[in-house]
Parts: sequence; C-alpha cells; structure tokens
Amino acid sequence: MIEWIVSDRCTGCNQCVAVCPTNVLEAASDGPPRIARQEDCQTCFMCELYCQEDAIFVGADCESAQPVDRQAVLAQGLLGQFRRDSGWDEWASDPRYANEHWRMDRVFLLARALASAQQTG
Amino acid sequence: MRETLQLEADVLVLGGGLAGTWAAVAAARSGARVILADKGYCGTSGVTATAGPGHWWVPPDPALRSAAIEKRLATAFGLADPAWMARIIELTWQTLPTLAGYYDFPQDDAGVTQYRGLRGPEYMRAMRRLALDQGVQILDQSPALELLLLADGAVAGARGHQRQLGQDWQVRSGAVVVATGGCAFLSHLLGAHTNTGDGYLMAAEAGAALSGMEFTTYYTVAPVHTSMTRSMSYAFATYYDAAGHELPIPPGPGSTDALARALLQGTVFCSLHKMPADVRAQLPRISPNVMLPFARQGIDPYTQRFEVTLRGEGTVRGIGGLDVVSDDCATRVPGLYAAGDAATRELIAGATSGGGAQNSAWALSSGHWAGQGAARHARSVGIRTQAAVQGAGEAGLRPRTRAAPPPLAAVRQLVTAEMLPLDKNYFRTGAGLRQSLTLLDDAWQAIRDSAGVDGADRMKWRETAALVASGRWSYRGALARAESRGMHHRLDHRQTDAALAHRLVQHGVDQPQWQTPVSTPQPEEQPA
Repeated sequence: MIEWIVSDRCTGCNQCVAVCPTNVLEAASDGPPRIARQEDCQTCFMCELYCQEDAIFVGADCESAQPVDRQAVLAQGLLGQFRRDSGWDEWASDPRYANEHWRMDRVFLLARALASAQQTG
Repeated sequence: MRETLQLEADVLVLGGGLAGTWAAVAAARSGARVILADKGYCGTSGVTATAGPGHWWVPPDPALRSAAIEKRLATAFGLADPAWMARIIELTWQTLPTLAGYYDFPQDDAGVTQYRGLRGPEYMRAMRRLALDQGVQILDQSPALELLLLADGAVAGARGHQRQLGQDWQVRSGAVVVATGGCAFLSHLLGAHTNTGDGYLMAAEAGAALSGMEFTTYYTVAPVHTSMTRSMSYAFATYYDAAGHELPIPPGPGSTDALARALLQGTVFCSLHKMPADVRAQLPRISPNVMLPFARQGIDPYTQRFEVTLRGEGTVRGIGGLDVVSDDCATRVPGLYAAGDAATRELIAGATSGGGAQNSAWALSSGHWAGQGAARHARSVGIRTQAAVQGAGEAGLRPRTRAAPPPLAAVRQLVTAEMLPLDKNYFRTGAGLRQSLTLLDDAWQAIRDSAGVDGADRMKWRETAALVASGRWSYRGALARAESRGMHHRLDHRQTDAALAHRLVQHGVDQPQWQTPVSTPQPEEQPA
C-alpha cells in the first residue's frame, strides 16, 4: 500500500488525490497531500503512474502497512519505475519503454509449447 | 441538511470503467446528454485500468467466426447463446480500431498494427478523453448510493455523494446504465477493491433480477500479501511445497484446481525459472506493473522461490450479474440498463469464465448497446423532472430500527471469511453453503435493522450491504445448483445434472425469489 510521499519532490499538484480510485489521499493547504486513509489503499500503483514528479512510493504489501527503507528505495531507483516502464510523459519516445503488450498472446503460445514439449520429452 | 448538487441528463451512467465509458460514449453519440458518475476516478477505477485486457478478436471470416463460437460453446455447458457471441465479436471488431487517435495502437515486429490487446491504464485514459470529447460530464469520486424511482416503478436517476467535496448529488435522467463492475468480495484482486457489487444491490432494490450469481469460483494466483494478480508469468511457473518438493501442478490457467488443493494442504512456493530469457527482458514492456512487487521486496522470481496465494475474483472473472432481457441490455425495470461485469456474462461465456478476452469484448459491446438503448429510452419518455421520485435504497441507508449497527469492519471480515476461502467457495458442499448462508443472512438482518442510523459512513455501509447481498445471492444460487457445472464444483454433487442446464435467475433483496421455480434440495444427511 501507499507508504511514502516524498516531500522534497512533491509539487502539491494533487493529481494523486484526484486519480486515486479508493480516495486514500487528502489535499493539504500547504505541502504534499496527506495519506489520510492508508487502509483503503488497494495497491494498484495508479498514483505512482500519474505522478510526474515520481514522488510516491507504494509498497508491495497490500494487506498491511510496512516500514520503508527510504534510502534503499532511492538507491534502487524504485521511484518512478512504473511510470518509466509504462513509457509515460517524457519516456514516451524512448524505444526502451515501447508498448509491447501485443507480445502477450505469443508468450502464452510459447509457454504452452514449452509445457507440452516437456510432457512429451 | 447536506448541500446537494442537482443535475439533469438524458442518460446517467453509474461506473466509469470499461463498460461505463463505452456506454457513455455510445449514448452521447446517439445524441443524448450524458452524465457519468464514478465511485473513484474514471480512468483508474475498475479492473481494466490495472490489467492488460485482450479482446475476443476474430476476423470477419465466417469459418473463423463460427469456429471461435463453437470452441466457446463447448465450455459454456449449455448456458450461453451463440447469437450473443457473434454480436460481441462483430461489434468489438468494428469498434476497437476507432479508438486510434486516443490509444496509440502499436505495430508488431512485422509492422502490423495490433488492436486485440491493450494496456489497461492507457486504455482507460483514452476512454476518459474520448468520453469528454463526446461531451460526457464526468463526476469523479462520486459514488452512487441509490436509484430514484417514479411512481410507476421506472428508474429516473440516482443519488449519491461527492466524497471529496462533502456534498450529495442527485441526477434526474430518462434512463440509467448500471456499469459498476462485479463483486470481488474484497479479495485484494488487483484493482477490484471498489468492486463491491454496489450496482447489483441498487438495481435489485429497484426490481431488477440477477442471473448466474452462483458462478463466483474463479481464482487467480498472486505472490502472497500482494495484489499482483497478473497471470501471464505463471504460464511458466513451477510450484513447490514447504519442504521444497516440486508439486505436480501444471503451469498456466488450468492449474487452479491443483493449486487450490495444494494451498489447502499448506504453503506453496513458486519459481519462474522456466521463463525464457527473451520473455524476461520483454516482460516490463508487455506488462509494466508485474515486476513492481518483486522489485520492491527484493525478490528475483527467476532464481528465488516466492510464496503464492489464490485471490478470489467473485463475479469479476466469475460470471453472474444483472439479468438482461433485450438486445440492448435492458433489465426488466423500465429505464434501467446493465453493462460489463454488472451484467451476467452467461450469454457469452456460459458456466466457464469469460476470462479477459470475452469479458473485455462484452464490456465494450454491452456498454455500447446499453448506452444506445438508454439514449433511445430517454428520448421516448423524457426526463419528467416534475414527477415525484423516491429513493429505492434501503440497507445501510434507511434502517428499520434505531438500534446501534454492528462494527462495520466485523461485517466486512465476515464477508471475506465466508466468500473467499477455497474450502468454502471453491470446493463447495451443501452443508458448508448452508452454514455460510446462515451467517450472511444474519449479517443482512443486522444491516437492515441498524446500519445507516445517523447517515455516517453511508458509502461504506452501502458497499458492505452490497457485499453481503451479493454473497447471499451467490451461495443461494450455489445451493440451488445441486450439481457441478463449469466453474461451479459441488463436492456432494460431482455430476452435471441435465435438469439444471438452464440459468438461475433470482430477484428480491431481503427474501430473494427464483424467477422460475427452482427446487433447492433439502439438507441431506451429513456425510460421514
């Protein structure tokens, strides 16, 4: 679930407040939005995707809040990973992050072929 | 007295996911003034936004089309209708390419434009823009609480709450499309936390019927404690028990049965070491969210084993929902239409999950038809703003007594405890279903008596009422279907019963009734 809004990156645009499907966040009069209802977070990562400042960290655990090692999150480049890999905004023209969703069908076919080869082989 | 935003429209669409946005667009293109209200944000709400929906995609070659339909009919177990299958294949084929300009359809290695599968976040972002360009007025963060009824029983709008503005809303409309998604019983299925069956409850209170609610037994694998129910990678999965022994579980979508049995025995671990290197490299470009939990937990799924669980999908990749009675997805209530997972998908999927592909084609198509049908209906009856309306909502809004309600969290806990465990919902028995139903019925009574006394937590109580109501319809259906058919497994009735080769349609909320009489078997002797 959402664990951290990085205050020195956040511009207070409140886009995350607007797009959160479960209404977890609350705009503050000054500074970053407040994580007001963390228990309602469904861990869908949509707030990260819509945050152009890469100022949000959603933890992997969707069942309970977990401590976050902020230094590690920064060092491992986890902030903005989803938005970059999705090829949004400034990444849109970077071929490393092209939308290759169409490969999914072929991957399933490949998996089926591998599985049946394993059975017969 | 709360402030109320008062609006009028020809068509009101409840729900801004895939079906709701297609409904809004279709209604607007028919010339209707359209308002769309979403509980969350139209663009991120619903199970499409977090997924990668493929569509049932068959070129207009009669031989290919009939082969595709025959293949699906073979697993529909007598409950689907080939004419509806043909309709959604054709409409999807015609419609999806028209999204070019809003969605950047990529080309494959051979330079052929790929329409079939779309990335969810970009698809829903495109649908929002398209709806806005068609003049649809979107109310975000505006959950509907109840439908409005005219004295003759026709639906004439809805009422809800703008949760970020702290004011209520009321829309008077000529017709309403319910596209509120399915009910995933709070399973942590990705993107489904808001899918609590709200539309089932609102529509049933207005008199609509539900069909196929017993088919809530689809489960998807995910790493434990995570919401990442994206399944493609598990086509390469190898599973292990706690002692490290490999389990004889086939990879891929046919694995649920064996995986469910293994999980009832103990913890199950998974490794993706069989995924070829080129697929590993492509994975973030195919589905950018799949690796997020692994990266954040420091797990390398290609070299390390990770514990997995099964997440229940309820009626999302289950099948049931509101019964539609015409080609334009009308319910039996005048002015009320249903689309997407809010409607039953038995027509196109029968007793086997519509998975991603059929369900997406259904969301697009049923949204289209419901939107057009609602626009037509609104044109013929008008908005009738001077006529008196009454809110149809009961449970969680208008308690029967002044008693204090039970703790909300406890009721929600009860729903998950009865509707998700594999030994209650996946492997079903008459005795187990009856036991769960008793608890759900008690919870229902408590909500009806006392929830919503002071108007606090109205949305949460309405969600919770919808969860309990959906659970009751589901298990009532599961009990009546004293057989095994498609995804519905009864340990005490392992055979398919030819006498039950029909849909089970029920209506009513407090005391549901079967539309055509169904003989629910009486409790048998407890098996030894």
